[in-house]
Amino acid sequence: MSDHLDRLEAESIYILREAYNRFPNLAMLYSIGKDSTVMIHLARKAFFGKLPFPLVHIDTTYKYPEMIAFRDRMTKEWGAELVVGRNEEAIAAGMGPDQGRLLCCAKLKTEGLTQMIDAKGYQGLLLGIRRDEEGSRAKERVFSPRGQQSEWSYKDQPPELWDQFNTNYPEGTHVRVHPILGWTELNIWEYLAREKVEICPLYFARDGKRFRSLGCAPCTGTIDSTAATVDEIIEELKVIRAPERAGRAQDQENAYAMQKLRAKGYM
Amino acid sequence: MKHQGRIAPPGKNGREMKTAETLKIVIVGHVDHGKSTLIGRLFHDTGMIPETRVAEIAGTCERQGRPFEYAYLMDALEEERDQNVTIDTAQTFFKTDKRTYVIIDAPGHKEFLKNMITGAASADAAILLLDGVEGVQEQTRRHAYLLSLLGIRQVVVAINKLDMVDYDRQVFQRTENDIRAFLHTLDITPASVVPISAREGDNIASPGDRMIWYGGPTILQALDNFANVRAETGLPFRFPVQDVYKWDNERIYAGRVETGQVKVGDPVTFLPSGRQTEVKSIRLWPNEDLAQARAGECVGFTFADELFAERGEVLARSDDLPTTVGEIKASLFWLARNSFVKGKNYRLKLATAEVDATCVAIEERLDSSTL
Ligand SMILES: Nc1nc2c(ncn2[C@@H]2O[C@H](COP(=O)(O)OP(=O)(O)O)[C@@H](O)[C@H]2O)c(=O)[nH]1
Repeated sequence: MSDHLDRLEAESIYILREAYNRFPNLAMLYSIGKDSTVMIHLARKAFFGKLPFPLVHIDTTYKYPEMIAFRDRMTKEWGAELVVGRNEEAIAAGMGPDQGRLLCCAKLKTEGLTQMIDAKGYQGLLLGIRRDEEGSRAKERVFSPRGQQSEWSYKDQPPELWDQFNTNYPEGTHVRVHPILGWTELNIWEYLAREKVEICPLYFARDGKRFRSLGCAPCTGTIDSTAATVDEIIEELKVIRAPERAGRAQDQENAYAMQKLRAKGYM
Repeated sequence: MKHQGRIAPPGKNGREMKTAETLKIVIVGHVDHGKSTLIGRLFHDTGMIPETRVAEIAGTCERQGRPFEYAYLMDALEEERDQNVTIDTAQTFFKTDKRTYVIIDAPGHKEFLKNMITGAASADAAILLLDGVEGVQEQTRRHAYLLSLLGIRQVVVAINKLDMVDYDRQVFQRTENDIRAFLHTLDITPASVVPISAREGDNIASPGDRMIWYGGPTILQALDNFANVRAETGLPFRFPVQDVYKWDNERIYAGRVETGQVKVGDPVTFLPSGRQTEVKSIRLWPNEDLAQARAGECVGFTFADELFAERGEVLARSDDLPTTVGEIKASLFWLARNSFVKGKNYRLKLATAEVDATCVAIEERLDSSTL
């Protein structure tokens, strides 16, 4: 145990097993991106090759077709149970980023997710967010309780000491569990390289461009890059100065866009 | 404390598994003494702040009509910026040539003590920051006390805002003497006491030329001088059972080795139940089974005999067992709003065990606000 990745891996596996032990009705949010891919690999390690809970994907209908194809192929390979959630009402009413990006995120993602949580009664939800992504995520707990409406009381979070995670909550609470909160973007790629885990091909450069963060097509931009392999991406990240989510339009809407979305239950 | 179940001490908590070339540093101190500013400075001077982040902060400051605030790097929440106060702990990363640091910002305000402890509990080392002019204040004392209670022994003291007194050596020395004397009562010897201006950048990454009277390390040098937290070797094997998976007609006992090591074939005992068996296999998907498991590793065990041990029991080698007790003496730091009551039933968590516990006697009491 001398390597930093070993330490991160052990921490994450410990958290995953804790969540599985504590919440009889547990699910994992699968966004198809690199972070969920790492989280799933860690879960398969934690549970000796199995995924003993469903993967939930919230479909906004705006994802790239390559993402959906990758999702379907991988879930089959893992033998996972995939649950796809859609806010049908909002989709039927024509919700899209042209009606306001933040409104679209709130409707198709947050509401799509909370509808699914209500319908399935999930008590615990595993999410692959990381502290180094942006400011409000830097403030998160590993076990982060949410109220009836999925709201996050970021001003009054419970203490969390060592590996003793708080698991006594009032009725109606569900808990977001964040097994890779302490990983950085670079750690994710170094781990993908070390473990030789397959990743959605959109991350690799084609014609001088690649995706650094994956989301819905209308709101996700590419960066200039020639990195066409995992190793090349690692080299690129060591010198890049722009933040990871610069290509995600919803983050750039206003100063506290992400905090406000997340306080209401966004991932 | 008396408790009904019997539990075995599982060695110390997870601290000693920390071994990496990444060091977690918590920055503590009285509110407004400049913690967030120091962190912003560290990031700026090590080139870790993306241009767009600087632009975002500059924009917010301009709208608020105030000079550039480094503090906004960690104080990302709107309420924190509007009220100019750190509410919750945050973690960010920066690098020196020597290693990567995780920086944990801990709120100084009394109201947010639970958040300060949440941040500090995961740290390997600490910077205790104080305003050179205001000197040792209530939260300076309380935070220092918490560092000693949490077992954080590697501490650097930073005496800040010396630009406000023209880098006066005497102001620095007065505060230095006070804080050294106080830390002495807590058994903490600071690695160094560094005079700084977080805002102007003196003695953060480079010494500058305004405090030539000081010959010691800068903050960055002091951090790089901290030792890596290494796994303690030579400790007995302790494995608290986290879960038991009954899959494919076998039972896998999952958990993390807290200390020591064990090999396939070793005779082992579960405590407190006392069940004995032998290690049959050590699982680590997708690899081949392991021959041995070591401190810090999350593994799964199968055993030679059919057992019914559960979460909370501690596995030890039969030739080196811990003592099991029904009564322990402990230092408690009581955070809850309601008072701790003698004779009342509480839930005691230790590693993965949870037992009912009752307090039989309170021998000594200390109010951290009157230190
Ligand atoms: N003059 C001076 N002001 C400082 C210095 N460091 C911080 N400050 C100011 O002190 C105030 C409190 O700083 P902040 O970093 O928010 O303190 P925190 O509450 O400990 O995080 C802010 O207005 C800072 O600009 C310094 O070195 N010199």
